[in-house]
Amino acid sequence: MSGLPVLTILIALPLFAGVVCLFVNAQAARWIALLSTLAGLALGAGMWVAFVAGGPRWQFTEHLALAGNFTWALGVDGIALLLMELTLFLMPICILASWRSIQHRVPEYMAAFLLMDALMVGVFAAQDLFLFYVFFEGSLIPMYLIIGVWGGVERIKASYKFFLYTFLGSVLMLIAMLYMVSTSGTTSIPALMAYDFPPEVQTWLWLAFLASFAVKLPMWPVHTWLPDAHVQAPTAGSVILAGILLKLGAYGFVRFSLPMFPDASAQFMPLMFTLSGIAIVYTSLVALVQKDMKKLIAYSSVAHMGFVTFGLFAMNRQGIEGALIVMLSHGLVSGALFLIVGVIYDRMHTREIAAYGGLSNNMPGYALLFMVFTMAAVGLPGTSGFVGEFLSLTGTYHASTWGALAGTTGIILSACYMLWLYWQICFGQARTKEAAAMPDLSVREWWLLGPIALAVLWMGVYPESFLAPMRNDVGYILQRTERVAPAGDSLPTPGKQPLKILDAGAAHK
Amino acid sequence: MTYFAAIVPELILTIGAIVLMMAAAFAGRRASGAISWAAVALLVAATVALIGAPTHAGPVFGGLIAADGFASFGKVVIFPSAAVAVLMAHGWFERGTEHANEYPVLILFSAVGMSVMVSATNLMSLYVGLELLSLASYVLASYRRTDDRSAEAGLKYFVLGALASGILLYGISLLYGFTGTMTFTGLAAAFAREGVHSLGLLFGLVFLLSGIAFKISAVPFHMWTPDVYEGAPTPVTAFFATAPKAAGILMGVRVCVEALGPATDAWRQIIVVAALLSIFLGAVGAWGQMNIKRLLAYSSINNVGFALIGLAAGGAAGASAVLFYIAVYVVMTLGAFLCALWMRDANGEPIEDMASLAGLSQTRPALAGAFAIFMFSLAGAPPLFGFWAKLVVFDAAVSAGLVPLAVAGILGAVIGAYYYLKVVKIMYMEEPAPAYMRVREPAQGLVMFACALLVSPAGYLLIGPLGSLADRAAGTLL
Repeated sequence: MSGLPVLTILIALPLFAGVVCLFVNAQAARWIALLSTLAGLALGAGMWVAFVAGGPRWQFTEHLALAGNFTWALGVDGIALLLMELTLFLMPICILASWRSIQHRVPEYMAAFLLMDALMVGVFAAQDLFLFYVFFEGSLIPMYLIIGVWGGVERIKASYKFFLYTFLGSVLMLIAMLYMVSTSGTTSIPALMAYDFPPEVQTWLWLAFLASFAVKLPMWPVHTWLPDAHVQAPTAGSVILAGILLKLGAYGFVRFSLPMFPDASAQFMPLMFTLSGIAIVYTSLVALVQKDMKKLIAYSSVAHMGFVTFGLFAMNRQGIEGALIVMLSHGLVSGALFLIVGVIYDRMHTREIAAYGGLSNNMPGYALLFMVFTMAAVGLPGTSGFVGEFLSLTGTYHASTWGALAGTTGIILSACYMLWLYWQICFGQARTKEAAAMPDLSVREWWLLGPIALAVLWMGVYPESFLAPMRNDVGYILQRTERVAPAGDSLPTPGKQPLKILDAGAAHK
Repeated sequence: MTYFAAIVPELILTIGAIVLMMAAAFAGRRASGAISWAAVALLVAATVALIGAPTHAGPVFGGLIAADGFASFGKVVIFPSAAVAVLMAHGWFERGTEHANEYPVLILFSAVGMSVMVSATNLMSLYVGLELLSLASYVLASYRRTDDRSAEAGLKYFVLGALASGILLYGISLLYGFTGTMTFTGLAAAFAREGVHSLGLLFGLVFLLSGIAFKISAVPFHMWTPDVYEGAPTPVTAFFATAPKAAGILMGVRVCVEALGPATDAWRQIIVVAALLSIFLGAVGAWGQMNIKRLLAYSSINNVGFALIGLAAGGAAGASAVLFYIAVYVVMTLGAFLCALWMRDANGEPIEDMASLAGLSQTRPALAGAFAIFMFSLAGAPPLFGFWAKLVVFDAAVSAGLVPLAVAGILGAVIGAYYYLKVVKIMYMEEPAPAYMRVREPAQGLVMFACALLVSPAGYLLIGPLGSLADRAAGTLL
């Protein structure tokens, strides 16, 4: 693949296909979208094969100077590569998931999704600060339209909330970026990752970046846009939101906050741990009382993102690797859970948990796959969820035992709400006649969910395939942070002298 | 003779306008099409005459004007947008107005006035240019004299504009009285010598800036804008929001940097306050509007604020940022007004109510798409080009150490994003309203397409050329 500008192709191909979609009829638009995203997936698979784990830090690099402080600079390291693979993997699934459920203004819908595809790939590939920002923020426009045009009843409010919330967070980051460029004189992300800002400047820059990434991730207490957006978005929109858009915030922490502002990251670690702990426990409790399936999964997403921030700001190898695996795993699992909801929503057109029940009788295949994803969400060993959460909590324990305590509480709570959801929907007796009459998964739906289930099991059984490409990159981050990484409270400390019981016994004699 | 070589564009426009005025008077209304195309041709010729112009011809006519790179940049923005304003009126005044002929002529005269404004290096020529523009504008605002709203707009504009001219003139007289000179270089020397400790100089500065702030409708001198923009015929509103605004801001930049450069600390606080007030009031004022022209009026107030942020940064870098911003702003605004111009009901009568835009994406997808591009771009949402223009002015502010100003300004951008989104929401997320009449104006369609292409991500290819042009133009200021 040498010499081929594969990243530019991955961005240009969906853009081009999206424009073509606007000029054809609904069925043709579906096929164009599906084929172009499948072509993207094939290219992505090729990239994964061609990527040399442990090779040069940045691979597939491209560089084209457009203007003084704006370059078309692309390239990926292992972290970006895997997140890009996640995007390319979920995209054809999203298109397929919308095959039947979207009947209204199909060409525009497909064009919006393909635009989204291009922008997401661009975010992970960008090596120029402003190019990154353009891709990062650009995703707002198609998502605003996807929620607002094809969403549920309350879609307008949700789309506004989504746009303005994230826009507000990001503009502060823009000012920080401008400041960074004017002090360091470069817009290259790799160069900035090695640039040392003075610690007092780092504090402000870190906070500005937090404003953006915390909203995007989302962290408690700025997560309130997410349940609305998730619930109102069409199924495929929810998949993209949960699977990829949320990862942008975490990716930002990995790419910017940790390596560029290590001092500030260490300084704010207690804040991050507190917020993550609250997010995990509080949103899990909120998820427990939801009556709407999508809302439950949306809140569980916020809780799972708590594991990501825990792991990242533990600033040790287990923590960061765990956080990255949680990101990949959550991308797959929450995406799959939204598809699972979408499958029965397409049949009954309600998201009320109380309307279902006993689906394991009439939809055994569905119940099986749902079980796999439920277990992955709970973090059962053998699924991807376990690997990520275990590593992330191990790392957290090194940094803070209290943090790990909050995190493990969250795991128990996640078992509570997920198993409760599964029980209510799949076991017992059907509560409505319509629910009892629903047919099992169609071939198309097997194609949606089957590949994700396989990926989830693969990541759970042999996580090394995913850890290997990222190992060196995590090492680079650790090099930047090890100077300031917190010592933690779990290390063995010299305690009091043991009581001399034997001597005491001798004295009695 | 060399003096005249420096003012070839103005000569073309002036002589052409006088000839066309005669033609308009004698040819009757049948000739209106020919006259407007002739006016467009003159403006294009004047723009072409700028090619290869000396980047710094120095002061001519005893320091009254300077045909330098800065002036050329301004004219390159002003002449084409005036030409578009002429094109936009095509087929507009023919119905219901007996004298469609004079419209292009008035635009030509105001173009001459604007071109003097951006080249002026003397307060006297500055005032003459400004008044030439203003007189033409007053007539243009009330061009549909039988329409109450248009007449009201003209009257309002005239009364308030005359007041502002008075303020400006008073400031000029104060400065002249205390320094004994009207040239920008002389003023700069006086300010460098005496600072702003002299109360007379300080007053002169404040009055001068207030007069300019009125002309560019910066808050707190913006009150006339929504009413005049709403009342004036749509092509005239589009014209007001683009070329004169660009000329006014450029004139302000030259005054601030060239004449008041040594007093930067004195005017910076004024500009900062005006910028922030404009951004926030422009953003908040537009919230409840359902009239598209009023909305775009507030949008123009909002955008002036962003341009002023670049000016507040000061120096050549700030001036360059303002030039970049204005160039992009003019393109976005012309595009948005072209879309608003095409809002016609089934009988071809213009509609200004935004409710009629409902579901436009289904009845007229291309028009809705273009409108959405302009709205997102005005909101400063990447990947559209309007984002980069905002980035450039904020970059200038941050580099000058004005980080709090940049933060406050960018928060205002978020508030403003709300109403731009509202337009997109109406077009894309509501059930279709009765379809518009299909406007058959290929020239306007072509301009709209060109504007949309410029502000689309394809515009990023222009960052290099436009940035270096703006840098070079700003470099000739000092």
